Amino acid sequence: MTDNGHLSGEFFINGDVACAEGAISAGCRFFAGYPITPATEIAERMSRRLPVVGGTYIQMEDEIASMNAILGASWAGVKSMTSTSGPGFSLMMENIGLGVMLETPCVVVDIQRAGPSTGLPTLVGQQDVMQARWGSHGSYEIIALSPDSPQHMFDLTVKAFNLSEKYRVPVLIMSDEVVGHMSEKVVIPEISAADLIYRKMPQIGSGPYHPYKADESLVPPMAIAGQGYRFHVTGLTHDESGYPAMTAAAQDRLITRLVDKIKTHADDIILYDEYMTDDAEIVVCAYGITSRIARYAVKLARQQGIKAGFLQLITLWPFAERRVRELASRVKTFIVPEINRGQIVYEVERCSCGKARSLSVPHSGGDVHKPETILAAIKECHA
Amino acid sequence: MKLWRTPFDHNHSAEPLAYVFIDRERCKGCGFCAEYCPCDVLKMGSELSSKGYQLAVVKDGDKCLACGFCELICPEFAVKLTINNKVHSEIKS
Amino acid sequence: MPDHEGNGHSIIAKYLRQDRLPHIWCPACGIGPALNCFLRAIDKSGLDPDKISVISGIGCSGRVAGYVKLDSFHTTHGRAIPFATGLKLANPELKAVVFSGDGDLAAIGGNHLIHAARRNVDMTVICINNFNYGMTGGQVGPTAPYDVRTSTTPYGNFESPFNLPLLLYASGATYIARWTVLHLHQLENTMTEALLKPGFSFVEVISPCPAVYGRMNKEPEGLDSLKSYEKRSIIKNGADPKDVGITQNGPIIVGKFIDVDRPTLHTNLAVVAERAKKQVKNS
Repeated sequence: MTDNGHLSGEFFINGDVACAEGAISAGCRFFAGYPITPATEIAERMSRRLPVVGGTYIQMEDEIASMNAILGASWAGVKSMTSTSGPGFSLMMENIGLGVMLETPCVVVDIQRAGPSTGLPTLVGQQDVMQARWGSHGSYEIIALSPDSPQHMFDLTVKAFNLSEKYRVPVLIMSDEVVGHMSEKVVIPEISAADLIYRKMPQIGSGPYHPYKADESLVPPMAIAGQGYRFHVTGLTHDESGYPAMTAAAQDRLITRLVDKIKTHADDIILYDEYMTDDAEIVVCAYGITSRIARYAVKLARQQGIKAGFLQLITLWPFAERRVRELASRVKTFIVPEINRGQIVYEVERCSCGKARSLSVPHSGGDVHKPETILAAIKECHA
Repeated sequence: MKLWRTPFDHNHSAEPLAYVFIDRERCKGCGFCAEYCPCDVLKMGSELSSKGYQLAVVKDGDKCLACGFCELICPEFAVKLTINNKVHSEIKS
Repeated sequence: MPDHEGNGHSIIAKYLRQDRLPHIWCPACGIGPALNCFLRAIDKSGLDPDKISVISGIGCSGRVAGYVKLDSFHTTHGRAIPFATGLKLANPELKAVVFSGDGDLAAIGGNHLIHAARRNVDMTVICINNFNYGMTGGQVGPTAPYDVRTSTTPYGNFESPFNLPLLLYASGATYIARWTVLHLHQLENTMTEALLKPGFSFVEVISPCPAVYGRMNKEPEGLDSLKSYEKRSIIKNGADPKDVGITQNGPIIVGKFIDVDRPTLHTNLAVVAERAKKQVKNS
């Protein structure tokens, strides 16, 4: 362990623990959460580690409180995180919207299980990905990442903190029960300050501070409580000064910027991985745990001489729209296996603009796809 | 006014302990200040503000004891009290 | 109250965003006087205003955050307390003050209220209690006495209210007081004490809402409510919280009810942080 409490080296840990360690390495020093399967191990790890590295762990009375507590902590200048699963994620929705509106950096981890309602608490699902995008009311853009392994959990948690600090937006890690609970080798690198991003602060003495006055990056500098700026922020529609502005014009100005600050930086935010797509006629598009099975199914298809390729979505939101459009212009079919009854497939279909067919390989949850199921779908399209 | 003799508190009573000022733009005529002024310095007038509220007015400013209750109870932050420092320093001395 | 150097309203100028006036509250609303006391209490407390954060929820009282010249956060309905908990835990140097209404704090935010008191978070909660949801037009609130009329209890309130001091006492708050907006000097002193009290302090302010609640309960003018408070209020410092419930026409017991000491969340957190560091060092 280093002086600042980061671990480094090789570990055999599960995805939840890797996520917690990623947060500590990223500089997260505040965690508020509520017990829920299959995310509890993140909270437990944080409760053990944070006091040692000078941070604060608190178990709140529910997920609504947890979400608000991390927003409050972020405004006190501390990188903060919460973790949950479907039912808790639903409870957090309203205040994820508050995070978007106040432009508050923070990270929310959803270890997805099968729903709706209590569903299958101990078994996998990928059913919250549309909720991640649209779950809070109103028009907004958000960032959501989808890890496929414990190592990925670590890496993407660090990435999530960097993105949230850079763009002043809650970043969602849309993991799932299998990734959360599987143990694999995780290499934790030495993380230096240069690897980490911290929110832009206002320049002291540069005139009156307007909490929501942005430059061309569209991301305003963020003061924190106690620095003497005596600023006001509100969940109401506001102008650059931070005060309520109850007009359609102010609403348009604010919402356009909130949306554009993510959209115009989509290329910086979006991550995806590809396998054998160069000459592919059929592309399997998957994310999270399903991507590991899909990749294997594509390998099997290639062995059988089928020109199949694989697109792994690492960033779910903003959606990898441009890449899917490019592929759609030259592939015949997209196959989208996901552990839900069809969510991301609609995005793929939208971006294909009718140029390529989109086929859903749904799964109700509780289990992952069998490679044969995906392979059968590839073969069916090939025939 | 001609006085037969100078009252012992003449210097104090000739000038009020504080000057009450009512912001006519802020006053919304709730009547709290007039009702709870312990010395009846304030009353509700008949004049209406530009927004149509019945304005509180200073009826008898000389009586003000500078308790500050009118300032505190005004829901609109419309009442301002300026302490008459001259009288206060006289009292102190 | 103004001091004898005549600085009464300069205190207001110091802490009130006068450029945001006129405020949104109706004529004769009690929030203004309560806010006035709060601004003076800040000054009296001697706390560094740069280190004070005011956090509000939603509703008329929730708009207080927008009128104070301090770091201020106008959050979502009922969630001011957990937001403030996170803020305070992340930077213990800050003083967190939650200023909100009875519906926000005791109904939608009721769970957070009792848990914050249980934890004894260093925080002052000021609750404007006007027995109803004023901003949405006077629906029944969680503190509305039995049988009162509101826009959603047109035949009389058929529920029983929370007795907030008793609720907070049972939850573990270390400072609990109640005043009406007629008891302004007491309120100002209480708020000052509450601001300086380590741990969870709770100040309930009984406040008129003539535009909606009063209109439906034979107190159509703010003055009607104040006169009713004048008649019904009984000052009883140290009263047992179980005896201070409010009924439609019964007495309103006011005063400082509870002022006790117990370790705050921050002291306890510091203890376990030390223990954690020692354990890791030894392992």
